[in-house]
Amino acid sequence: MALLDIENLSVSYGSIRALRGISLKVEPGEIVTLIGGNGAGKSTTLRTISGLLSPQEGQILFEGKPIASKSPHAIAANRLIHVPEGRGIFANLTVEENLRLGAYCRKDTHEIRQDYEHALELFPRVKERLWQLAGTLSGGEQQMVAIARALLARPKLLMLDEPSLGLAPQIVQLIFQVIRKINAGGTTILLVEQNANLALQVAHRAYVLEVGKIEMSGPAAELANSDDIRKAYLGGH
Amino acid sequence: MADFLQTLMTALAIGSLYALIALGYTMVYGVLKFINFAHSDIVVLGAWLSYSFAIRALPLVGLDAHNPATPPPIWMTAGIFVAVLLLCSLAGFLIERLAYRPLRRAPRLNVLITAIGVSLLLQNVGQLDFVFGASPQKMPALLPNWELPIQFGQGESIRYVVLPLIDCIIFAVSGLLMLALELLIFRTKFGTALRAVSFNTDFAALMGIPVDRAISLTFMLGSALAGAAGFLYVLKFPSMNQPAHSVWVLLGLKAFVAAVVGGIGNIRGAVLGGFIIAFVEQFGAYYISSNYRDVYVFSLLILILLIKPTGLLGSPVREKV
Ligand SMILES: Nc1ncnc2c1ncn2[C@@H]1O[C@H](COP(=O)(O)OP(=O)(O)OP(=O)(O)O)[C@@H](O)[C@H]1O
Ligand SMILES: [Mg+2]
Repeated sequence: MALLDIENLSVSYGSIRALRGISLKVEPGEIVTLIGGNGAGKSTTLRTISGLLSPQEGQILFEGKPIASKSPHAIAANRLIHVPEGRGIFANLTVEENLRLGAYCRKDTHEIRQDYEHALELFPRVKERLWQLAGTLSGGEQQMVAIARALLARPKLLMLDEPSLGLAPQIVQLIFQVIRKINAGGTTILLVEQNANLALQVAHRAYVLEVGKIEMSGPAAELANSDDIRKAYLGGH
Repeated sequence: MADFLQTLMTALAIGSLYALIALGYTMVYGVLKFINFAHSDIVVLGAWLSYSFAIRALPLVGLDAHNPATPPPIWMTAGIFVAVLLLCSLAGFLIERLAYRPLRRAPRLNVLITAIGVSLLLQNVGQLDFVFGASPQKMPALLPNWELPIQFGQGESIRYVVLPLIDCIIFAVSGLLMLALELLIFRTKFGTALRAVSFNTDFAALMGIPVDRAISLTFMLGSALAGAAGFLYVLKFPSMNQPAHSVWVLLGLKAFVAAVVGGIGNIRGAVLGGFIIAFVEQFGAYYISSNYRDVYVFSLLILILLIKPTGLLGSPVREKV
């Protein structure tokens, strides 16, 4: 059974139809990437999965159960965790408080402690800034905090919306290494990216979204070699 | 010196009341970004509930309801206080649930106008005969009328300052409530969640924080503090104006000014603002002229808004994009 199974999902903002019947699946253990240009509907897809938007049509099954009508906090409590575009950091809280909120729904104090240490091992730079207000961090550091915080929820499915957005190439490399590590540790990942090149390198499978519709899908390596994709997203050579 | 001390004590007591009320304005603004105009009516509710409970409770211990020979036992006073807090927080909960929550996704202006509507509704319901009625009343004394005399100077120049017990109690009780709130907001997991909600409700929901419940609790806490302020206010000023009187409106307005001066949305700012407003008002009234006490307050507001539009402690943290 797929971990996440989306069937024929349509979402509108008022009269603007942002998603027109998309279907996609994420199997346990995979990294699946959703790529596409500006305004394709990638963020809309993630926001609908995490319950921030409600669909007009279609269904979303997580672990086989429908979640489309649930509230976002209930979905997060099921450990379907969404790191939104722009990172979703609480600038008015310290880094440490941000991290602790990641474990808001958990009661297993001992395991939280372990996950906390583990997350800080992945991002040593975050560890040096625990007592700083998160709003004073650089963009790269904020992205690290956002991912570390998501890990504290022990996600079954981790959804990342453009983690490379606005970051220096070195930091992007580091973030993608961590994404690989997290996946190697058994966490399933749904990765939204405009940087198709990088995304197709780490992902197992990919979906290409164009103005609200899935235009193509398949193993990431195959898509990376397809002429259409290379022309449209990989700088065409 | 003696006059100074007396004015100081009054300013501290009044400042505590402003601060208690300002906290409710600022907390609601913090999470929902609108001014809850009905907040000052919760203060009135607290005041009038205190009166209604008192005149019913006093006869139970054999005292005259309107003119008790002695204050009731302390447990009764404390009981009335707690009951007022609980009922006011229930009122806050209901107002949010029935009037504001259905408008969660509506433009802010709609919510603001609804708040004015709720305020008018409460004022008018409060004046109904079977509620509190439309005439002024006198709050029976619930505390002993002790005064603490302090002696100054010697021999011929000897002078006394009398510090009323009620001022000390207002200051102490408000101080404890504010300390409890401070600990709750800045030292507990729930408080961290509340601050997260006030930063961004969507991000907070993604953490698994039940945003609606957090908002309900914010209203309940703010309303309980407003109820406490109403209770303490009528103990200090027992001549109670009828529920829709402009004195209440002005009280709420000054507390709102306190919240703005301190930086609306900022908890510590509300407390600071409350005391600053009271100091300006009381010392201005004593040393310049008491006719212009409201002028001082609103001039200060204008001054602060000109110098620092976000209020004293309101430095909004910029969100990096
Ligand atoms: N709050 C909103 N109100 C109205 N329209 C919106 C809203 N958010 C997004 N849209 C529209 O929905 C469409 C999809 O937007 P979405 O943010 O999902 O795109 P995206 O693929 O994430 O793009 P980007 O890569 O630029 O982040 C766009 O046409 C956008 O203009
Ligand atoms: Mg997007």
